[in-house]
Order: sequence, then structure tokens, then C-alpha cells
Amino acid sequence: MSENVLKVENVTMQFGGVVAVDNLNLEVNKGEIVALIGPNGAGKTTAFNVITGVYQPTNGAVWFQGEKIVENHPQGKMKQQYKGEHAGDYPQVLAPTPDKVTRLGMARTFQNIRLWKSQTVFDNVLIAKHCRATSNVFTATFRLNRKEEAQQRENVLELLETVGLADVKDELATSLPYGKQRRLEIARALAAEPQLLLLDEPAAGMNPQETEELTSFIGGIRDRFHLTVFLIEHHMNLVMKISERIYVLDFGKLIAKGTPAEIQNDKRVIDAYLGVSEDA
Amino acid sequence: MKQTSKKSTWMTLLFVAALLAVVVILENVLDPNKNIMVFTALKKGAVYALVAVSMNLLNGFTGLFSLGQAGFMLLGAYTYAIMTIPAAQRDAVYYIYNGSAINFSLPELFGGGPVGLVLGVIAALILGGCVAAVVAWLIGLPVLRLKSDYLAIATLGFGEIIRAVFQWDKLGPVTNGANALKSFPTFSNFNIQNAGGETVLRLSTFMAFLLAGVCIAVIVLLINSTYGRAFKAIRDDEVAAEAMGINLSRHKRLAFVISSFFAGVGGGMFAMFANQAQAKTFTTAMTYEILLIVVIGGIGSVSGSCIAAFLYVAASEWWLRFLDAETFIGGVKVPLLRNGFRMVVFSVVIMIVVLFFRKGIMGDKELPDRFNRRRKEGAAK
Amino acid sequence: MQYAISILLSGVSLGGQYALIAIGYTMVYGILRLINFAHGDVFMVAGLMMVYLTASLPLAAAIPLVLVLTVLLGFVIERAAYKPLREAPRMSVMISAIGVSYLLQNLATYITGGLPQMYPEIPGISKTITIAGAPTKVVTVVTPVLVLVLVLALTQLIHHTKVGMAMRAVAKDFETAQLMGIRINAVISVTFVVGSFLAGVGSVLYFTNYQSIVPLSGSLPGLRAFVAAVFGGIGSIPGAVVGAFIIGLSESIIKGSNWSIFSDAFTFALLIIILVVKPTGLFGEKVTDKV
Repeated sequence: MSENVLKVENVTMQFGGVVAVDNLNLEVNKGEIVALIGPNGAGKTTAFNVITGVYQPTNGAVWFQGEKIVENHPQGKMKQQYKGEHAGDYPQVLAPTPDKVTRLGMARTFQNIRLWKSQTVFDNVLIAKHCRATSNVFTATFRLNRKEEAQQRENVLELLETVGLADVKDELATSLPYGKQRRLEIARALAAEPQLLLLDEPAAGMNPQETEELTSFIGGIRDRFHLTVFLIEHHMNLVMKISERIYVLDFGKLIAKGTPAEIQNDKRVIDAYLGVSEDA
Repeated sequence: MKQTSKKSTWMTLLFVAALLAVVVILENVLDPNKNIMVFTALKKGAVYALVAVSMNLLNGFTGLFSLGQAGFMLLGAYTYAIMTIPAAQRDAVYYIYNGSAINFSLPELFGGGPVGLVLGVIAALILGGCVAAVVAWLIGLPVLRLKSDYLAIATLGFGEIIRAVFQWDKLGPVTNGANALKSFPTFSNFNIQNAGGETVLRLSTFMAFLLAGVCIAVIVLLINSTYGRAFKAIRDDEVAAEAMGINLSRHKRLAFVISSFFAGVGGGMFAMFANQAQAKTFTTAMTYEILLIVVIGGIGSVSGSCIAAFLYVAASEWWLRFLDAETFIGGVKVPLLRNGFRMVVFSVVIMIVVLFFRKGIMGDKELPDRFNRRRKEGAAK
Repeated sequence: MQYAISILLSGVSLGGQYALIAIGYTMVYGILRLINFAHGDVFMVAGLMMVYLTASLPLAAAIPLVLVLTVLLGFVIERAAYKPLREAPRMSVMISAIGVSYLLQNLATYITGGLPQMYPEIPGISKTITIAGAPTKVVTVVTPVLVLVLVLALTQLIHHTKVGMAMRAVAKDFETAQLMGIRINAVISVTFVVGSFLAGVGSVLYFTNYQSIVPLSGSLPGLRAFVAAVFGGIGSIPGAVVGAFIIGLSESIIKGSNWSIFSDAFTFALLIIILVVKPTGLFGEKVTDKV
């Protein structure tokens, strides 16, 4: 039996009366690359936000490496408005902030790139190391953490070399071409030393060639850093090529799951996508 | 890369040492009684530089728009004054309240004399910073959750509350109510006198520069440490910072507490400069003044804040003084010049900076960056 | 009893005056998301203009002229100090507002020489009358009525005219409104004109009560009015009015007690508590951030 790294259990996310994610269940096993796909507005990013602690789910739980990290049940006004199932199954309230989730070993990228604009490429990655620093503000200010700081800088340099950004390390992050900014965002997430990497549309806005490069890049880092990768993507080429398993979401509901071959021939998936532009 | 940063560190240190030496020489060569303006501007400039840098740490580097600086300065100033007024002077200072509730003085506790003075003053300043920091820690919890302008108005309000509390009669035996605290050691106590009471070495301005310099150096070290980088990440993109494992509330609070600590120390130094501490001086207008210094110097530039502090103080206290004096040239009265005109000109200049030179003097760059770039450009040619 | 009534009366009238200022804050904030720090100083300048104009003009001419000039001042401030920063970060605009406030205060100090100016007596509303045994000025009674009338007129303007509709649209979504062909600069100017007009009216009422003006006279009433706007839920006009009456009443009660030194501290403590407990105020709408 393969060990699961991430388990989403009966998660429902409701904004007022709108059900963005409806009773979602999924699992990501160690070392896998798993994709979450679905038409625009299907609730994919919302699911990501629940997993990473940005949103607190209305109901359900999230497990990470065998430990329950998120749990909630409908409260207050939501008690009447709640439209999902399993309302009574999650009595506890666990709501970690995103930074805590990251420190547990889960790092993410964003759909619309969110780099620190005034910082260099090098510093963007170095800052992500901050959450792994053991120095306190006093030792850091008075440079009593020299060893750690040097170690961090070395690691960052190595990381930048691995992802092929070492030659632009002193450039401003925003001066990079789009494809490299995406790559930098992934490098930054890697610097936080995650076991599970969450990528929110890593290929958005990329041309076919860049997408091709990214595909091999994601595979490469998975092997190199012994990662598990969970990604949201629209580019079917990329998804079909690198993912081992795929979950399909439509209107917040899971409509299919399986290997790329199974998904390609699934009637419901094809229906969900019909009429939507080729890219979506 | 590493080499140049080390080099520029040394250059900066050398520059600061040279600056301190110049201050000492200047003070002992020029007659301070004939050049009151110069030394007032220098001392006040040093104090304002520290306070401006502490505000910049929050507004410029962490992206928290706080307007509580004067309130924290007040805490520092009062703590400093209360801790250092000589026991013998207390009855005279607190005459309205029949003496003070606190009857010791740190310089005396440290054995009096020059050693006691130095230790006592430094301990009192640090204590002032600590009081400001503790208060900041307490109010930081609720207030720092607020978004930009709400945070500004809440901290502004906090400053007003502090001011009212310190003027309260019931606290009179400690704070002297609405009256000024005085008779505590000031910068001029650091002038070294010989046995005959003659001043042989003037160190008052030097002391102001040294204290401000050390504090600013610590802030610079902090900004360049891993915590400083985290602050900048919060400023640039809070959501990304949080997603990368930076605990927002903890780091914001940290920046707030540290900034307030140095504002407190700056407040104590302001009391030393002004020879008195009185709640009504630490108004919102003072916070605005400091904010404008930060803006003029460049939000996110320490050296900019320092330069702007001296420019601002020198301009308002010294260079533009003539605008306030009615002047006659060849028997004709120069129009407009009269009391208050200085501040009008001054605020117009500030508006011009705010509207047309939004980056201020330095933008978000530091002095060494400027030199390095010039050198690089020179090398490229 | 008499004492209680007089406190109540002054609280209500103070509240009405704050309401007139608070509306200016709340409207500007609703549209530009800007705390217009200069608003309180516009109010103070209106008072000063009254002092200087009545020196040479009859009251009947001076009052309308003051209102026109105040409106003009508000308009000019927006065009000169805020409009150029439309694309700049919010912090820059706020700093600009602080700069304008600083400029107006210094200008006032220069012109008045820093001396308090006596506000002219306005026959009719400066007269002292007695209500239920408590002596007070006519203005105390006039204020709430006038406020009510003006607020009703304003809500009519906002809900039943084209420019009012445009204002609501801009407040809802700045960019979309722009894309829909609404001339936002015109809308913003109208907002400042309305806000300044009300501040002008407020200044006539306020200073009739207080009689003397110094350059700093505007800053505290301004801040209190802002607190009132936040209290009521910023962006909401009824909220600002209700908030202002609450602030006015509590100020008057505290000023009448032994704790008068804490009247401003109380106002701000109230502000901080509201911001922390219910940042949207009494009537404000909830806004959520998107990731």
C-alpha cells in the first residue's frame, strides 16, 4: 500500500449560498504527480486554498502525512445555509494559517504570479528559506547566525543552478521573462523545503515550447527533490504527459478520477468540457 | 557580489567614523554660543534621523502604515526623564504634586560621576525603549490586524490616548501632570569640564550622533538580516509571504515592537535635546513631521531618512529662518516675509516633493548602492 | 436635571455639526478609499474665511460667499493634490492629504499670526434662549434640523439623480465604472464639492458655538468626525450621521464629567474598539479580499 501524503476528506466550501467545492474527496500518494482539472470556475483554486489554509472549509477535513491539519463543521449562520453532506462528522475545528501549513511541508505557487516585486531573483528564493531558519531576531540582527545564513545562501545558489536561473540571480524578479518568472516561483516554493508541491496552473500563459520545457522541468524536480506534486492545470498536453492520476472537478463536484487514459475517454469529462474553448 | 558588499560595509563604517570625528572637531572649533542654530540643527537632526528610520522600518520596509510614532516617543521621553531626574531636584520639579512618587535616579544608582551618568543615561534610554516596546506589543495584537489606512488612524488615535493619559492629574506624582519634566541630564551634560568648571571638550553633539548612529546601525543590521528580508516580503506581497511560511501576525508585531522601541529611545533623546519632556509636544503634528521626513528621504531608504532628517531640521530651524523675519532692502519692506511664512514655504516645498518627486531623495536605494552603481557605470565605460 | 438637559442639548448640536463633516469623510472614502486628512482643515479655513469676509461684507453676502469659496477650496485640493496621484499607491495619496492638511494649517497660522480669531455673531442663531430651564443658543436647536434637511436632500441627490447614480457606481467599483463610460473625475469632483459644502455649513454652526478659531481648530473636530464616519460604517451616509450623534453626545457627556481630559482619548479608544471588533462599523458593507 502506498503511503498517502495528502488526503482531502468530504471537504465542502461554501461562500454564503454558493457551493464552490462540494464534498470533495481525493488522495495524493507519495512520489506521485497528480492533476486536478476542470473547466473555469469549477472550484480548483478554492480547493487549493482550503488545502493550504487560505480558506477555512465549511465542512470536512484535510490530512497531511497522516496528520489531520484542517477540520471544520458548519457554524453560525452557515448551519442553516449549509447544503453539503457529512455535517456532523467533523466536530473539531482546526484552522492553521497558510504559513503554518507551509512549515509543515507543503509549498505552493499561484495562478497569477506572486513574486516579491522589489526583490532580486536570489532574494526571492532566499526569503522562502526564512521559515526554515532557527535564528531568532536577536541572533539574526547581530549576525550570530552566520553559519546558518551562509548555509542558506549556498543552498539557494544550488537551487537556482538546478532550475537554471543562476545567471540571472541578481536581476529584479519582475524583469524576468514570463516563463522564467513561473520557474522562479517554483524555485521559491522549493526553497521552503516541502514534501508536497502544489502548483496552481504552472503553464498558464505559456506558449507550446515553454509548456514543453515546463513539463520536463516538473518531472525533473520531482525526481531530484523526492517530491510529491499536486497541480491544477488547463494545458491538457502537460497534464496527460506528466500526471499519474487525474481528478476532474466540475461545478465543485468531483466527476471523474483515474489515469490519463481513463480520463481521456470518460464521457462525463468530455461533456463537461464541451463548448468550452480548446485551451480550457 | 560578496566582496562588494563587504567593501561597502567597510566604506559605510569609515564614513560614519569620519562623520563622528567631524562633529567632534566642529563642536570644539566653532563657538556653540555663536552658532546655536548649527548645533541645534545637528542635534535635533540626529534625533529625528533615528525616529525617521524607526518609522521607515515600519512604513517603508514592512509596509505597515502607522502614525503612532509621537506616542511612542512620548513614552520613551517620559521614562527617560522620570528615571534620570536627580533625587535632589525632584521636589522642585514636582512642586505641584509635593514631590515625586519615584525617588531614585538611575545615574545616581550607578554611582554618580561620569561613569554613573553614561551608564544611567544609556540604561534610562533603553528602558524608555522597552516601555514603548511593551506598549506596542500590547496594542499590536488587536491593531495590526487592520488594513493600511485603518491601521494609520488607529495608531494615530493611540498617540492621542497616550497623550491624554500622561496629562492626567491622578498620575501627577509620576508624570507631573500637564507640566514639563526637567532637570534631568541632557546632551550638554556630556561636555567635559575641568576642575574649574570650564568646558574643555564639548561632546554634546557627538553624543547625540553616537547614540543615534548606534541605534540606526542596529536597525540596518536588522533590515539586512533574514528577518528584515521577511519584512520586505510582507511589504511586497502579504499573501505570498504567508504562503512561503512567514507568520504574518508574528512578524508584523515584531516590526511594530522594534520600531516602537527605537521610537522610544528617540523620544528619550528628544527629551535630552529639548531639556524637558512635556506631553503636549508629542502631538500628531510631530508624527506628520517625521512621516514627511521619511517621504522626502524615500520610503524604504535608511540613508534617505537620515539625509532628509538633517535637511528638514536644518531648513526649518536654520536656513529658512530669514523668511520669518521682516526684512527691509533699501528701505523697502520685502513683501510676505513675516512670522509663519517659513512654514508656509516649507509646506509648499513638501507638497511639491509629495506630488512631483514621489520617490524622494533616495527612492528605495541606499547611499552605498548609488556609489556602487556609479563605479559600475564608470567601469563599463 | 437642568444640567443634564444642557449636556444633552450641546451633545445633539455637536453631533449634528460632526455629522456635516463626517459625511464629507465618508463620501470621499467610499469613492477614493482615502482618508481625507485635509477635510478638517477645510472646515477650519471656512471658519477663518467667515471671520475675514464679515469684516468687510454684510452677513447676508458673506455666508453664501464663504460656502462658495469652501466648495472651491475642496475642488482645488482634489484637482491639485489627489488627482495627479490617481494611479499611485494608496499610501502616497494619504501622505498627500497629510501634506495638504499641514499646508492649510501653516497658511492659517501665517495669515492669522497664530492668534485666535473671534467668530462673528450671526444674528438669529447666536442668540441665547432657554429650553426646559437650560440656557443655550438658538444654533443648538437649528443644527439637528438643518442636518436632517441636508441629509435628506443629499440622499435624494444620491438615489434619484444621474450624478448620484454615477457616484454609487464609482463607489462600488472604480475601474468598472470607468469602463462603463462614467467620467470618474467629474464624479469625484462632485463628491468633494458636496463634502466641502457640508463642511462649510458645519463650520458656521460649530464656530457660532465656539466663537474663536485657531489654525488647529479643524484637526480635532475633523478626527472626531472621521471616527464618527468609521463608527457608522465608512461609506454609509446614514451611518456617518448616526455615528456623529453618538460621538457628539458622548463627548458632551464626558466633557461634563470629571473625566474631561479623556474626551478625545475616549473617542479614539472607541475607534480602536470598533475597528477591532467590527471594522465595517454599524452600517458598513463587508469586503473580502481575493487570493
